[in-house]
Amino acid sequence: MLDVKKIKRDFPILNHYIDGKPLVYLDNAATTQKPKVVIDAISNFYENYNANIHRGIHTLSQKATIAYEETRLNVQKFINAKSYQEIIFTRNTTESINLVAYSWARHNLKAGDEILLSQMEHHANLIPWYELAKEKQITLKYIPLTNDFRLDLSNIDNLLTPQTKLVSLTLMSNVLGTINDLTSIIQKAHALGALVLIDAAQAIAHMPIDVQKLNCDFLAFSFHKILGPTGVGVLWGRQKLLTDMPPFLTGGNMIASVYTDRATFNELPYKFEAGTPDIANVIASNEALNYLNAIGYADIMAHEKCLTAYALDILVKQENIILYGPNNTINRGSVISFNLNQIHPHDLGQVINDSGIAVRAGHHCCQPLMRQFNITGTIRASLYIYNDEADIDILAKTLQSAYKVMGHVVTR
Amino acid sequence: MSLQDELYKETILDHYHCPRNHGVISGATLKQEGTNPLCGDELTLYIKLNNDTIEDIKIEAKGCSISMASSSMMTEAIIGQKIKNAQIIAHNFKDMMLNKGNDYVFNETNEDLNSLNGVKKYPVRIKCALLAWNTLLQSLEKDEAKAQGE
Ligand SMILES: Cc1ncc(COP(=O)(O)O)c(C=O)c1O
Repeated sequence: MLDVKKIKRDFPILNHYIDGKPLVYLDNAATTQKPKVVIDAISNFYENYNANIHRGIHTLSQKATIAYEETRLNVQKFINAKSYQEIIFTRNTTESINLVAYSWARHNLKAGDEILLSQMEHHANLIPWYELAKEKQITLKYIPLTNDFRLDLSNIDNLLTPQTKLVSLTLMSNVLGTINDLTSIIQKAHALGALVLIDAAQAIAHMPIDVQKLNCDFLAFSFHKILGPTGVGVLWGRQKLLTDMPPFLTGGNMIASVYTDRATFNELPYKFEAGTPDIANVIASNEALNYLNAIGYADIMAHEKCLTAYALDILVKQENIILYGPNNTINRGSVISFNLNQIHPHDLGQVINDSGIAVRAGHHCCQPLMRQFNITGTIRASLYIYNDEADIDILAKTLQSAYKVMGHVVTR
Repeated sequence: MSLQDELYKETILDHYHCPRNHGVISGATLKQEGTNPLCGDELTLYIKLNNDTIEDIKIEAKGCSISMASSSMMTEAIIGQKIKNAQIIAHNFKDMMLNKGNDYVFNETNEDLNSLNGVKKYPVRIKCALLAWNTLLQSLEKDEAKAQGE
């Protein structure tokens, strides 16, 4: 089991008070907090070996380059990629998905082709495809949801067609908490010659990821959701695909030789890393990986399962609560969305904030999903390694006061 | 400071639960829709003009307590007013909400509006309070443009 008390001490921000009440941070699906080791790694870089990478022979530059590449090797191990050349640093998941849309999809898809998405996708995995579809007359299709908030695969054999060129799906919903078993979809997509992109932005925080076992073709995630700094994302892709893809952004660092009229491109992964990257934050991201590895996903998952079960159990007992997400912990992560009947999520979010609790209130960048539920938003409590049962109890207590604060006549 | 004593003061909750002038005017002179995409707040504003006087106003709205209360208070503040006057009230309200330094205080006739002053401390919700007012200004502007075109 996790020693939550000890873990809490590693996160300086958790000592903060909000209007006199200790901070309860339940907005981990938006971004996680950072342990001291990650924060220190950033200042250590700037204080002791700040230099640009891949272009200096002086000591500082070499030191910075080694540290930067160290993170890449660690990411390779973290997601079990075959080669470090398959690990591309971007700014975030959104940029990683855009890289695939602009570089791979714009050059390989043509009018009449189809992309298969789902109804639980984040805007980051929708808008790049909307834009492409408009430009190239590509059809977008959607896997619907079942009544228990999971992907409805009953019609998958009709949704996948010989025209399907890409299947782009989230491995875990940032609203519902649903973890999607993509095994059979990936097999079927490949059988039809389609590629599969996995949005692992949420999943990466909650379960070990093995790209070879998943057998996908691209995978995207952001470090800020796994205790790392903002400004660093990863795109993993099969080496063969990445080799054949044209560059996304162009300029310095991504070239090999430049003449007055043309340039040859650098080898992988540098072909896709134009310009000076976020060196300090890439280096600090390594500390986030080390921190997670030291705890281990087995314990993280066990902790989250217990805590999610506890939270679901308490939340379903609240008066007039409407849950959006599976009501058990099978294939479900620690992201819990709900509303209290008759109270607008922004009002409820405000009431919750006044207890020192940080939750997200709104559409969570999933407006199509909200429309489907015919709501404008939800409250989302998302739990991580430094949360415990006491945090849930405070949340529940606050919910019990909501109708009183909002002046509703409570009918019993 | 917390919402218990600031944001959700009785006045706001009263307007939220019993919005004034809620509904539709058939044959309205002006009709304008307003949305706040971030929150999903939506409203339709109906105005009946008698020359340059706002003879009647109604709002059909869906949204959080702040946007509902603000639009209800707005209808009370501008019903029966000359267009020019309504615009002045709207600009004063926007000033109160948007200018940190300017603590505009409404007089007795419109004192309910002062209850929304507390919303200023929650930057993301200022938009909720302004929705009805921006929609009003928009519709009056359109009316002016039309009048000039004629
Ligand atoms: C499922 C999912 N996909 C994509 C993203 C986008 O991540 P980022 O904002 O880091 O690009 C998020 C983050 O909110 C997410 O939860």
